[in-house]
Amino acid sequence: MYGLDRFYPIMLLIRRFEERLLEEFSQGHLVGTTHTYIGQEADAVGIFAALDDEDVIFSNHRCHGHFLAYGGDPYRLAAELMGKATGLVGGRGGSQHIQWRNFYSNGIQGGIVPVATGMALAEKQKKTGRIAVAFLGDGTLGEGVVYESLNIASLWKLPILYVVENNHYAQTTPIELGLAGSISGRFAGFGIPVWEVDTCDAREVQQNARAAIEKVGQESIPCALILHTQRFAAHSKGDDLRPETELERIRQFDPLLREAERIGPAEREAAERAVQALIEDAFTRAAADPSASPEAGQP
Amino acid sequence: MNSVLERLNAGHHLALEDERVVFLGEDILDPYGGAFKVSRGLSTRYPERVLTTPISEAAIVGLANGLALRGLRPIVEIMFGDFVTLIADQLINQAAKFRWMYNDQVRVPLVVRAPMGGRRGYGPTHSQSLEKIFLGIPGLKTVAPNTLVDPAELLVSAVKDDDPVLFVEHKLLYTRPMLLPGLGELLDFEVSQTEGPYPACSLRSPVKPAGLTIATYGYNFELARAAALDLMMEHELFVELVVFTQLSPFHLDPLLESLSRTGRLLTVEEGGRTMGWGAEVLARCSERNPSLPATRVAALDLPIANARSLEEATLPGQADIVKAAMRLAGIA
Repeated sequence: MYGLDRFYPIMLLIRRFEERLLEEFSQGHLVGTTHTYIGQEADAVGIFAALDDEDVIFSNHRCHGHFLAYGGDPYRLAAELMGKATGLVGGRGGSQHIQWRNFYSNGIQGGIVPVATGMALAEKQKKTGRIAVAFLGDGTLGEGVVYESLNIASLWKLPILYVVENNHYAQTTPIELGLAGSISGRFAGFGIPVWEVDTCDAREVQQNARAAIEKVGQESIPCALILHTQRFAAHSKGDDLRPETELERIRQFDPLLREAERIGPAEREAAERAVQALIEDAFTRAAADPSASPEAGQP
Repeated sequence: MNSVLERLNAGHHLALEDERVVFLGEDILDPYGGAFKVSRGLSTRYPERVLTTPISEAAIVGLANGLALRGLRPIVEIMFGDFVTLIADQLINQAAKFRWMYNDQVRVPLVVRAPMGGRRGYGPTHSQSLEKIFLGIPGLKTVAPNTLVDPAELLVSAVKDDDPVLFVEHKLLYTRPMLLPGLGELLDFEVSQTEGPYPACSLRSPVKPAGLTIATYGYNFELARAAALDLMMEHELFVELVVFTQLSPFHLDPLLESLSRTGRLLTVEEGGRTMGWGAEVLARCSERNPSLPATRVAALDLPIANARSLEEATLPGQADIVKAAMRLAGIA
């Protein structure tokens, strides 16, 4: 969808958006909950850079980073999170349930995987040449319907990329308490080719994503991209039980710092200014918008 | 006259003429043609759009959700209605939610067909009528064919619907012939039918005023009709019948109209009594008329046994309907 020059600005946009969101929550401007993408920015940017504009995306509860990397409007997302009529889905969905163009998300772990797989079947039936992408977390691998879907996708040769973002925690439960065997072995068992990388480098993600996406598209088969990543913030809000030493350790793997090394300070400052302006505008405008009205909520 | 099974099969053939329709299910390919033979001939005629699946009900309905969101019109056959428990997430948290939760930006034209019901000795996990679990779920319609409204047309209506439909077929209906008004099969009742994709039928005697209304759906219309004949012949109690095809959302106008004449309500269903379809019908009718005498005939709140004697004792029969009607009318 875009070139390397956009990597830093888009990752920064995701980071600053999520930081602003947590700030708004702590000030009581937002209700409900949210699941921030802070620390995982390289995944989204690397993958969406390698995708086509028309590909079909199914994201999960942690969808803001995916949405912004997809090219989504931060103002419409902010409005949705604030329960505004101008939000992406009129305030009905909130943080986990958004839809725009070919981008969908739902907060049900596992349940979205067969839906995304069905979208791949739809594109195959319609012969559009598009592929589908399903975003899973390591925690999602506990759900049985995931494996029903992998079986069918492989059996029917469906053009879908399964992305597993392993941030090592299912909410507060470390992966050691939730996952037996290996992640790649789960896909291998269904004959699904796997790309696996442990990195915070968006360019490395992009290279792996591009190879996997090309195979999905050219051969019309499912492939898996396993990204070992780090979530710096809480699962949602205030549920981070990890010791500070662990957080310090994983913060070394910061995708923004990694990409920043490649560009000059002037470019970094320009990106910071542009992103700050964009986010200020998004949240200011969204805050002034009318709330979603119950009348409009009745079909 | 065609059986309900033949009309359902014809409905699939009609529906599949639309190239957006995809049919998925277990064991649906020819020559087997599905566990109850509803899908016979479809895979031969439309091999690219009739897809036999692994035993993965949740994934099948999930796939169908994905197809529906991307502009196709899937029909899913669930081999036994009892397995709807496995697809509850896909129906409740996905199919029924998408359109509303995405602020009307998408449509989910999904049909899930599920053969329900007992009296075939299939035991506790292959005999249930579980549709009551899905009644009242916002965004999801529940529809049931019967012998009065052409099941082919009903199925095509469901396929044309832009919202998800759970299509509940009682297994004993499959071999039943469709009824033809005016041939004596309907006890000389006058039959009127509401407009719309899922019509309700009202049956009443043109000569005799009725003492109560029986509201029902699906196969239980067969039992209710037999009971109505018995009541008329043996006990001189005339009844009106209102037979619904759309169970949920509840649109009870034809029933309310009938009750304005008869003043007494009896609901008949095969699902368990507690929190059932009839409970909601009674509640809604009572809200209109708090003094309405009303009662339910339904299954006991028990699992359905394999032994015929135990199954019969659990499920409501013709005699139960007659007894309840007479008590309601003050005859017993």
